[in-house]
Amino acid sequence: MGSRRLLAGGLTLAVTALPLVAGCSGSEARATVTVLAASSLEGSFRALGEQFEEEHSGVSVTVVLGSSATLAEQVVQGAPGDVLATADERTMRSAEAEALDPHEFTSNELVLAVPADNPAGVRRLSDLDHADVNFVVCVPDAPCGALAEQALAGVQRQPRSLEIDVRAVLTKLEAGEADAGLVYRTDVVSSRGQVEGIPLEEPVTTTYWISVLEGAAEPSLAQDFVDFVESEEGQSILAQQGFTPHG
Amino acid sequence: MGEGRVPWRLGVPAAVGAAFLILPMAGLLARAPWARMGSLLGDDGTLTALRLTLVTSGAAVVAVVVLGTPLAYVLARSSLRGTAALRGALLVSLVLPPVVVGVALLAAFGRSSVIGSWLEGSLGVTLPFTTAAVVMSHTFVALPFYVLAVEGSLRTVDPEYDIAAEVLGADRWTTFTRVTLPMALPGVLAGTALAWARSIGEFGATITFAGNYPGRTQTFPLAIYGSLQSDTDTAIGLSVLLMIASVSVLVVLRHRWLTGLVR
Repeated sequence: MGSRRLLAGGLTLAVTALPLVAGCSGSEARATVTVLAASSLEGSFRALGEQFEEEHSGVSVTVVLGSSATLAEQVVQGAPGDVLATADERTMRSAEAEALDPHEFTSNELVLAVPADNPAGVRRLSDLDHADVNFVVCVPDAPCGALAEQALAGVQRQPRSLEIDVRAVLTKLEAGEADAGLVYRTDVVSSRGQVEGIPLEEPVTTTYWISVLEGAAEPSLAQDFVDFVESEEGQSILAQQGFTPHG
Repeated sequence: MGEGRVPWRLGVPAAVGAAFLILPMAGLLARAPWARMGSLLGDDGTLTALRLTLVTSGAAVVAVVVLGTPLAYVLARSSLRGTAALRGALLVSLVLPPVVVGVALLAAFGRSSVIGSWLEGSLGVTLPFTTAAVVMSHTFVALPFYVLAVEGSLRTVDPEYDIAAEVLGADRWTTFTRVTLPMALPGVLAGTALAWARSIGEFGATITFAGNYPGRTQTFPLAIYGSLQSDTDTAIGLSVLLMIASVSVLVVLRHRWLTGLVR
């Protein structure tokens, strides 16, 4: 009996000790750039961050993902961060007091997405009005939610669920928990075949905004990162994910 | 009807209740990506979240013990009229939904609050969305559990021992540290383990008051929530890890040497 307890105690200690040991090995970066990015920027900003780290030794890029509205609100509340990237102008404007130099850097398009096998046979927006089609969209505060409201102007039925950000909508579709949803074209690209995207008859687009933040701990590095995002290399990384290059 | 035979009117709902509790946990274990567990545990993000969770929970437990033991003593022994109100406040904080705790902490310590704006103005310190905010969230939710456990234990200690100690010349502080506290130790240890378990699993208050910043405020439960957005398998794997850690706490708690210390 005692040896079993000892094993459990040892397991706890091992789990406790592992991260402390792992943290000691490996070099610590000299500087960290904290980028607050809309969740639809996950794939592209992680790739941009890795590329930036390769080109700037000793620098590490931490990408904090969330709904643009949540991140902007947190910035206003004093959350630490060097760069803010939002999925529309409205959320960037809400953080106006903290954004030093907000400007557009790319744009994206809203599409109607269905799980790969399209169980409900949805082919256009008007199909969402059928009684047995469950569709999900983002909350209206989020950029994707505001766009969805715009796109769904002609649809009477209400969405089954309002998700906090676009990645949550995508996850529901990938898991087959919903028959359809409104996500960005880039999300369809990132899902690698798990969802199918149907372009809308009337395109609905949004521009993404980026800015160095006033309370940035690393202002010059932050500016370097913003410049990198807007450079040819940065814009091509974004284009690979399905974003529309700017300019 | 022999002893130990359960009437079916109780046995059937009990079986349903047991199944309801066991099935989700079994489902987690069944769907866990066991082949990937090693790489999951070695992943940078996972290790960072794990380290942050242990550090913040450790700090929170220390705060809970330092603040909670005196609180429990006051509730158990003091005859002041305010203790009823104090117990009321404690019970309210116990049942407060975690997300409400987060919003309350923001209201009390956020930038636009009295305390928050003073902290920012005179010390240049902002509390929300920092590691300190994580510790504060954990302390708030874990404190009521600890205080109630210790208060219960203190109440079982016969006040006659206090009187005997004072008759023998001990002052009240010595009486507390050398007589009362050692006798209440099982409750203190149980309360500490409870507080620690509650702190490790804390989510709602943390994500609201401290945000979801990797390396700074993204504790293990927040990392699981984040991974749900990108990879369900990762989320399940991390959930199993957290479940194992929580179960280990329980098993260690029941270990004989934990209670053996007291005898």
